Amino acid sequence: MSPLSRREFVAVGAAAGAGLVIGFYLPHKSQANAQVFSPNAYLRITPDNKVTIVVARSEMGQGVRTALPMILAEELEADWKQIQIEQAGASLLYGDQTTGGSASVRTTWDPMRKAGAAAREMLITAAALTWGVPRSGCVAQSGSVVHTASNRRLSYGELVAKAVTLPIPTDVPLKQSKDYKIVGQRLSRVDTPAKLKGEAVFGIDFRMPGMKYAVLSRCPVIGGKLVSFDDAESKKISGVKYVGKVGDAAVAVVADAVWAAMEGRRLLNVKWDDGPNKNLNTAAVIDSLKQAAAKKGASLFSVGDVSKAKGRTITAEYRLPFMAHAPMEPGNCTANYQGASCELWAPTQVPQDCRDSVAQAVGLDPDRVKVSVTLMGGGFGRRLEHDYAVEAAVVSKALYDAKITADGGAPVKVIWTREDDMRFSTYRPASLHQLSATLDGAGLPVAFTHRLIAPSISGQKGQPGPNGIDPDLPDEAAFLYPLPNVSLEYVLAETPVPLGWMRSVYALQAAFASESFIDELAVAAGKDPFEYRLQMLAKDQDIQYFTTTWHTARMRGVLQLAAEKAEWKNPLPTGRFRGIACFGCFSSYMAEVVEISMENDTPRVHRVIAAVDCGQVVNPGILEQQIQGGIVYALSNALRAKITVENGRVVQGNFDDYVPVRMDESPVVEVYAVPSPEVPTGIGEPSVPPLAPALCNAIYTATKKRARALPILG
Amino acid sequence: MAEFTLLVNGNEKRVTVAPETPLLWVLRDTLELTGTKYGCGAGLCGACTVHVEGNATRSCSTPVSQVAGKNITTIEGLSANGLHVLQQAWITEEVAQCGYCQTGQIMAAAALLAKSAVPTDDQITQAMNGNLCRCGTYERIRKAIHRAAQSGTGGAR
Repeated sequence: MSPLSRREFVAVGAAAGAGLVIGFYLPHKSQANAQVFSPNAYLRITPDNKVTIVVARSEMGQGVRTALPMILAEELEADWKQIQIEQAGASLLYGDQTTGGSASVRTTWDPMRKAGAAAREMLITAAALTWGVPRSGCVAQSGSVVHTASNRRLSYGELVAKAVTLPIPTDVPLKQSKDYKIVGQRLSRVDTPAKLKGEAVFGIDFRMPGMKYAVLSRCPVIGGKLVSFDDAESKKISGVKYVGKVGDAAVAVVADAVWAAMEGRRLLNVKWDDGPNKNLNTAAVIDSLKQAAAKKGASLFSVGDVSKAKGRTITAEYRLPFMAHAPMEPGNCTANYQGASCELWAPTQVPQDCRDSVAQAVGLDPDRVKVSVTLMGGGFGRRLEHDYAVEAAVVSKALYDAKITADGGAPVKVIWTREDDMRFSTYRPASLHQLSATLDGAGLPVAFTHRLIAPSISGQKGQPGPNGIDPDLPDEAAFLYPLPNVSLEYVLAETPVPLGWMRSVYALQAAFASESFIDELAVAAGKDPFEYRLQMLAKDQDIQYFTTTWHTARMRGVLQLAAEKAEWKNPLPTGRFRGIACFGCFSSYMAEVVEISMENDTPRVHRVIAAVDCGQVVNPGILEQQIQGGIVYALSNALRAKITVENGRVVQGNFDDYVPVRMDESPVVEVYAVPSPEVPTGIGEPSVPPLAPALCNAIYTATKKRARALPILG
Repeated sequence: MAEFTLLVNGNEKRVTVAPETPLLWVLRDTLELTGTKYGCGAGLCGACTVHVEGNATRSCSTPVSQVAGKNITTIEGLSANGLHVLQQAWITEEVAQCGYCQTGQIMAAAALLAKSAVPTDDQITQAMNGNLCRCGTYERIRKAIHRAAQSGTGGAR
């Protein structure tokens, strides 16, 4: 793909209306080429009947390379078997390409549908003109246009030459969900076979001739700086080609092979200035949250007046630690700086940020930086950071400037070890939650207060939202029970610990606190926790939380579906216990029932029943994968995920002290989706938040002990 | 640096590397067999699993000097066409999400089936517990191993 220059982008963007998804409005450059029908940047059809759909989001396991093309193919009336997939790199054609916020399907649903529909309409017109028949007598089906009366048929490939001469329609009819043939089908993922043969190219697998490998020694103390280094021993390692400073807190060791670079780093003698955080520890972080709690925060949501409610008052405090994403593929990126340009092959959720940050770091105009997106061995938000890309580009430039490679380029792959990934991550913010509720005579809450005290991820990165409210909270901290008096408050805390967006972001913290507390209220009221929630959700009501309108009926629907499938009303066998929780985030509704037994004070999760309402399901197979995966990820978070800091250093380093769930702890997860024709909403993250409270509610049922802090196993 | 002769996927390969170099990096960097993955470097995650004389082995923690002359099988050599009974079962059960750990998972499962053609749930857990998956595909892996075993050719190539 040849991206437009930034000047062209500005011109077109202004014409099309700033903020619109440009891809749909821009004819692809090859539209001028009569051999390729490409009415928009998402689609190319060639005379050999090859249909290529471009995916402008990153594949990290969540299935976008399959799901997004399905949406376009549906409207195109394509034959799914003829579709080829192409991964877009950083571009100006597709709007914001960030893959995150469970947003890929929900934000590309319209542009992908319109891109397919526009092409379909043009191909029908092309066929009608070719045959000299009225357009109304022609239909598109399975990759061809058919003239119904004469049963004549032309494949899309055969129509390319005519279609490229036609104007691109701007207002096209879209299909009704009842007519869908591809969307809603359990189609196999297109990326699977290569992954199972070891042929798939993840970022860490990318290679090119002359490529070197780099590992970096980074200051182990948060905020510390490099003083000096001695590389005499490192350079004795065969294959080590270069050792040099990167930024002000790291040294790169570059070699012909990964192992030589690692050995070179091991022998590097570095002197660090530990800086202002050398005495920072986890206890101080918790203290700082408590101190922040004394401040008045910013209101996220308020109805009625919680201070005026009369009745029995219940309060509780909840706490969560820092957590690390720990995707299976550690950080890496390959860069090739060539003086006037730089090319990157990045496993990234943010190709455009990589482009812009690299441009700044190596002093190039952004349109001189090309970013190709590789497959990713998990992301979970860690690859929303572009530190790997910047490091790779800076090291490549250093090699270029030092003339380490002769042929005008300096390709280098930066690889992070697992310990690097664990210790130099950007962590899920630690948080403190103060909850209180007032119960009426029947035990139902008439007032509910949740004060969420946590540092701001975006604020720390220099982009705080209005009133200091972290811009993620509108998607992640809604409270969907329509009570007469509700106050949700966000209190900003500060921390030097680097923060990042980790799967479900603040929704995990918000749901753990509020859905555990609702359970406490049900216990205080002497009610069944499912019936209690149902009663609170009994009234159909719309709740406006920032820009999203939530519907209590949909929340109630998933709650009932989960309870029904879990046979909530039937007793469990002796020794088995269960808990329930529901939560809405990323515009989807989710309820989970967790079944456990207790073994030596340790919960063992046997079964999780999950119900979701995410609107139209694009691919039920991928939906199930995402929800099963989200629940296992959430179980790891709930049981043991904890990053601690001692003497300014992250303590955990590998999978022996940051221990994810393995097969022996993995539950059976059943997934049920509410059938819905509504616009699709997020599925990557909404299954994560209800798991911890549902599990802790089950533990309470079993032990009468309330877990008010994660991780459960200390 | 020293020269070693490795028998990888039935082919004789000569490599000149430091003797303590982990087999993982020799496979990936020297022999360009990148289906074997780096995940932890400490034998904790199983992403680097290969077969050495038929036994599931963590290549990240195995110095190349220890495996000279031994039969090494990587994911690229598990079957001629990528359609080992386990690979087929993995497709049917739609196991993979990100897929990064799955080559190691399949190699661990293949070593299991070679020894226990029809493994029990407990045997599967025991054999597979060293292999991490952050996408949480464990139950599908279990189903896929049962499926492959039931196809009756579990241990065969």
